[in-house]
Amino acid sequence: MRTILFLLQKEFRQIFRNKSILAIILVMPVMQLIIMPLAADYEVKNINLVVVDHDHSTYSRQLISKITASGYFRLTDYSASFKEAMQYIESDQADLVLEIPHGFEKDLIREDEQQLFIAVNAINGTKANLGGAYIGQIIRAFNQDIRLELLQPGRINPLPTVEIASSNWFNPLMNYRVFMVPGILAILVTMVGGFLTALNIVREKEVGTIEQINVTPIRKHHFILGKLIPFWILGNVVFSIGLLVSWLIYGIVPLGSLGVLYSFVTVYLLAVMGLGLLVSTFCETQQQAMFIMFFLMMIFILMGGLFTPIESMPDWARGVAAFNPVSYLISVMRLVILKGSGFRDILPHLGIIACFAVVLNTWAILNYKKTT
Amino acid sequence: MTQFITFIKKEFYHVLRDRKTLLILFGMPVVQILIFGFALTNEVKNSKIVIVDEAKDEASAEIIGKIEASRYFEIEKVVANRQQIEAVFKEGKVKVALLFPANFSKDLQHQNKAQVQIIADATDPNNATALTNYLSAIIQDYQSGLNQTRAVPYRIVPETRMLYNPQLKGAHNFVPGVMAMVLMLVCVMMTAISIVKEKETGTMEVLLVSPFKPVLVILSKAIPYLILSLFNVGSILLLSVFVLDLPINGSLLLLLAESTLFIITCLTLGIFISIKTASQQTAMLISLMGMLLPTMLFSGFMFPIENMPFPLQVISNIIPAKWYYIIVKAIMIKGLGFEAIWKETLILLGITIFLFAISLKSFKIRLA
Repeated sequence: MRTILFLLQKEFRQIFRNKSILAIILVMPVMQLIIMPLAADYEVKNINLVVVDHDHSTYSRQLISKITASGYFRLTDYSASFKEAMQYIESDQADLVLEIPHGFEKDLIREDEQQLFIAVNAINGTKANLGGAYIGQIIRAFNQDIRLELLQPGRINPLPTVEIASSNWFNPLMNYRVFMVPGILAILVTMVGGFLTALNIVREKEVGTIEQINVTPIRKHHFILGKLIPFWILGNVVFSIGLLVSWLIYGIVPLGSLGVLYSFVTVYLLAVMGLGLLVSTFCETQQQAMFIMFFLMMIFILMGGLFTPIESMPDWARGVAAFNPVSYLISVMRLVILKGSGFRDILPHLGIIACFAVVLNTWAILNYKKTT
Repeated sequence: MTQFITFIKKEFYHVLRDRKTLLILFGMPVVQILIFGFALTNEVKNSKIVIVDEAKDEASAEIIGKIEASRYFEIEKVVANRQQIEAVFKEGKVKVALLFPANFSKDLQHQNKAQVQIIADATDPNNATALTNYLSAIIQDYQSGLNQTRAVPYRIVPETRMLYNPQLKGAHNFVPGVMAMVLMLVCVMMTAISIVKEKETGTMEVLLVSPFKPVLVILSKAIPYLILSLFNVGSILLLSVFVLDLPINGSLLLLLAESTLFIITCLTLGIFISIKTASQQTAMLISLMGMLLPTMLFSGFMFPIENMPFPLQVISNIIPAKWYYIIVKAIMIKGLGFEAIWKETLILLGITIFLFAISLKSFKIRLA
């Protein structure tokens, strides 16, 4: 026990001496938490629209003003021909072209059916998909209005209709930041825990001080605990700062209990630090450790469900995601912070993460050799 | 000249000896392409849905059957009352709920009008919108099945065409982005670290006192990474053509030329960082936080630039990767020629010359 205390003292001194790294540890997360949610706004709005109106009728004008009034679209320009409009798409100034054919209003009344042509720049699939859906909704509503206006009451029997009322829970304003902030907080905790532990031990290797520790009677698990505890505390501090920042700047207060959050994060930090330790036992230089951690983190973050839902992934990818600690943290953060889930709801997540922590740390201790 | 070649050889030995780093350098683009190409989609598929059937009649059963048959949804369970929805949402698996009120069929038959309610878990807003849309489409499909016999008057039929990417695959958006990111990583980070390493271990001093020109010392460091990066460009393009079926619509030669220009920009950036820093850790942190993160944020491939607040939009203009991303998208996907991208090329060239000039100016032969 006394050995660990001395080791802890050493580690804390080293951390507090290196002022620039300490500043990076504490300031970077705050900066990221402020900038990332502002940048990572996937809400689809400001879809740039070019209209080719061959009809110039009351209806075509009504339709255009309905579309621009919806708030999703921004009218870039009117074009005389479709070809001209395509130039806007090619130069990325427009995302969507709406072409209203000649005689749209007249033929709609005379022939009962009229077509509208919509061309969407689909390089960005999400935007194209939602943009197409939005304009489709607006056209349907417009169509409904026209039908009511034109039909004299009593001409046909009312058709059986199913009215759909939809509501959005937990985030009624559909604010994208509410969704991103807990996820980014999860990423920060992971980065601080994983990178620092990995780099710290490899640095001792590279500088050569690990030899000095190896020749002392310090036991393997003493050494590793001495490395883990300081960063575990630091990780919790970063997490608390993150919660504070998300409350002060984005007004996001966890709906669930803080106790549930912290009990999960403390176990999670052990798991991700175990990963850092394991990587450090395989590496000789900081450059290697850095690259390997970067590589793993990239896979974890991309496949952790931060940007795209895990359930829409193919089976093999969902299998990989099951072994991804980051995906559990992201999901728990969102559950507890946004939906107020309780301890019983996250119990399965907690169990899996505890297994990760035990396996990774045991592996790291076994793999750490005192002799070279 | 022979001197120069010898130096380049030395650098190649350095790079090729560190197998683990090399493996990651070449493995990174492959894994990224595979993840982006096959794992990340916004497509709605197998979304778990909970159904509250208070009606339990033939119309509700028919709609439930339709939902079960669609590949978008997977029915998690059917519960009897609406109080249970919240508890199910809190477990986190279910993203949407559909509620049939009592007497659903009866209302539909006698009053020609019945209501259903869709409740979406909007913590992920885009997913919630998409799910609501898909579910509405299924219900509307049921409704038009009822109305088959009677034609609806005054139909406006929108005919939508998805240009460039009819299947809405993510690949079109991210292959150019992955290229920018990998090149940035290899060129900026590796060059910076390898030069600073010589400083840290003291071998830089040895090189500087040799009769070899100091500027050439730095240049010989950059060349192996130029070649490595070109290999990476090649492997990404091969993967995207043969694995992701994403053809190169424009001229390959132009694409390679622009890539070389971007690689040179990144190398100059790496050299600049290495001149300004003294330790590997600082160089790493600066390249990671100062370069890689902004590249991910501001190049426009992961996060839409037009949604950002104005100051961030202004900042995005000084990120070289943004311009490269626009260029690659124009050549590869839209198949445009040089006349469409000369402006972006010029900006990239300007950034390179600027970085090169200030690096040259701050480069000192004597170590402090």
